[in-house]
Amino acid sequence: MAQVNIKKVVKEYEGGVQAVKGIDLDIGDKEFVVLVGPSGCGKSTTLRMIAGLEEITSGAIEIDGNIVNDVPPRDRDIAMVFQNYALYPHMSVYDNMAFGLMLRKFPREEIRRRVENAARILDIGPLLERKPKALSGGQRQRVAMGRAIVRDPKVFLFDEPLSNLDAKLRVQMRTEIKKVHQTVKTTTVYVTHDQVEAMTLADRVVVMNHGIIEQVGPPQVLYHSPATKFVAGFIGSPAMNFIPARLEQASGALNVRLSDGALLPVPADRTARYAGHAGREVLFGIRPEHLTAASQMEARPGLAPLSLTPEVVEPLGAETLFYCWRDGGEICAKIDPGVAAAPGVPLAMTADMNRMHIIDPATDKVL
Amino acid sequence: MALDATTALAGGPMTPAGGGTLRRLARRRSTIAFLMTLPLIAVIAGLVAYPAGYAIYLATLNRRMTGFIGLGNFEILLESETFRMVIWQSCFFAVTAVILKALFGFWLASMLHHIPTKGQRIWRGMLLLPWVVPPALSTLGWWWMFDPSYSSINWVLTAIGGPAIPWLGEPWWARVSVILVNVWAGTPFFMIMYLAALKSVPDQLYEAAAIDGATGWQGLRYVTLPMMRNIISITVLFSLIVTFANYDIVRVLTNGGPRDLTHVFASYAFQVGILSGNIPRGAAVSLFMFPILAGIAFFVLRGVTQRNKEMA
Repeated sequence: MAQVNIKKVVKEYEGGVQAVKGIDLDIGDKEFVVLVGPSGCGKSTTLRMIAGLEEITSGAIEIDGNIVNDVPPRDRDIAMVFQNYALYPHMSVYDNMAFGLMLRKFPREEIRRRVENAARILDIGPLLERKPKALSGGQRQRVAMGRAIVRDPKVFLFDEPLSNLDAKLRVQMRTEIKKVHQTVKTTTVYVTHDQVEAMTLADRVVVMNHGIIEQVGPPQVLYHSPATKFVAGFIGSPAMNFIPARLEQASGALNVRLSDGALLPVPADRTARYAGHAGREVLFGIRPEHLTAASQMEARPGLAPLSLTPEVVEPLGAETLFYCWRDGGEICAKIDPGVAAAPGVPLAMTADMNRMHIIDPATDKVL
Repeated sequence: MALDATTALAGGPMTPAGGGTLRRLARRRSTIAFLMTLPLIAVIAGLVAYPAGYAIYLATLNRRMTGFIGLGNFEILLESETFRMVIWQSCFFAVTAVILKALFGFWLASMLHHIPTKGQRIWRGMLLLPWVVPPALSTLGWWWMFDPSYSSINWVLTAIGGPAIPWLGEPWWARVSVILVNVWAGTPFFMIMYLAALKSVPDQLYEAAAIDGATGWQGLRYVTLPMMRNIISITVLFSLIVTFANYDIVRVLTNGGPRDLTHVFASYAFQVGILSGNIPRGAAVSLFMFPILAGIAFFVLRGVTQRNKEMA
């Protein structure tokens, strides 16, 4: 059980390429933190620096209050689950899990007890004598997790552990990982590019982009109050719509004027927040789930009528997505499957302006 | 209708029954495969099976090659003190040389493996040279360096205050010289094989081992060597066979001397069979190690197949 503190950490590769540009992050004891971002954002590098597999160019990483910058991986008391599992192919499942304990000279009985306990938690008891080759992807992933669990380390590190699994297994293993964390309660740092994984697993999500941290917060906070355009667009699926617009003030009320002329009134409780930006060009951000068919919404304050003409309709069963192109930008809306939507037929929609976001295009900050 | 269906299945045009049977046979995949491998089968039969069979046949004949004497040649050889010495020398030569080649090869491969790829090529090329130069030529070079009067090695040794060594004149030093040259010429083969094996071990296994708590040595012992086991055993087996059959180094360097004390199977077989004109007994000498090496090869290759099934 331990805290991890990352202080002004920079990773610069030969040739001056900075993969991580001075990040600060404090991870609390027993916390499950997910680093998420597109590929090349520096999340894996950050994880590998915590593991000691990459040197830190500058800054400091502390585990349990001790600076570990120059401590080799084996002395950091961490365990890591790799994307392609990195199981030793010449060792049985039991030996794979026991290896770390054997190197640390644990008594044979203790090793057996720990391995069997981990095998029980992960339900891989019958596989202990097999070689990794004879296991399925999901089973290998469990063994890789078992190898981490038996060590009972201060910190678990996961490097995109589910990206080699098929979609169904990924969902199943995601739940397993969460269950394991609830059981063993070890501080966990988890890297993924999949925002759904991040949202479902994390106590706190760290969104990274271009080597910096865009925002840190619980999943709900990132979803409802993204700090930047990047976070707004990255969290949530389908992604948030961004429509060029202008904030217009008319007789005390504030409106969002979309680039094609549509006028959407800003709710009264938000007027003060945006008043300083009246008359400026902005980006109007709204999630597809907050753009719904007028027929399925009961009237309440903050709903703005809007007409959209679906061009592509995707029925998903529980909901229907449709896409239209307005002024060069794609707009996605999520409507009730009961609403008849057909390509080319204009549909009366409402935008839930209580859930909208206004982004300053100059700074990409959410206002 | 049924006939039509079978011809159609065989992929052939519809032909009247009878004439179609041959044509169908010719169109079968296995027939085509056999015909296409026929040249290879002929080459193996003519250049491997026939000479091997003929050598076995020769080894069972008497000196004048007029009568069958069964294992008589082998019995005579085993009674000969010189041949028993040749067996011992061959085994000592081959085992020592292979062990040294394997060790040096692994050492060089590990060093090369840690050089960045860009600079690696030139070193790899230079280190491969001893293996590429025709052994008769390079051994001649060594022979000059070992020469009793003009030895450059001795010149260096005496220059730094050491004793001059009778490289090829004294039996033990002659054996050392033969092994030294064989190791020099054969190490690059091990190096290149081990380098390929080292490159095939995924980096993540080392990273996993480092996190599991392995030191460099433990990484070598528990990850690198087990992962290289197949390549190591195949390389050692191959080199053992080739080293047991080595001829040119002994021939050029010592010619079996002094007093037959550096002969190995191949050079002794040449001496007995060609120089002394006893071809059947020469054949028996050269065949002597065959059953033992075949046995070793069987077990090594079986182990390799088994590990391949379990791991790859």
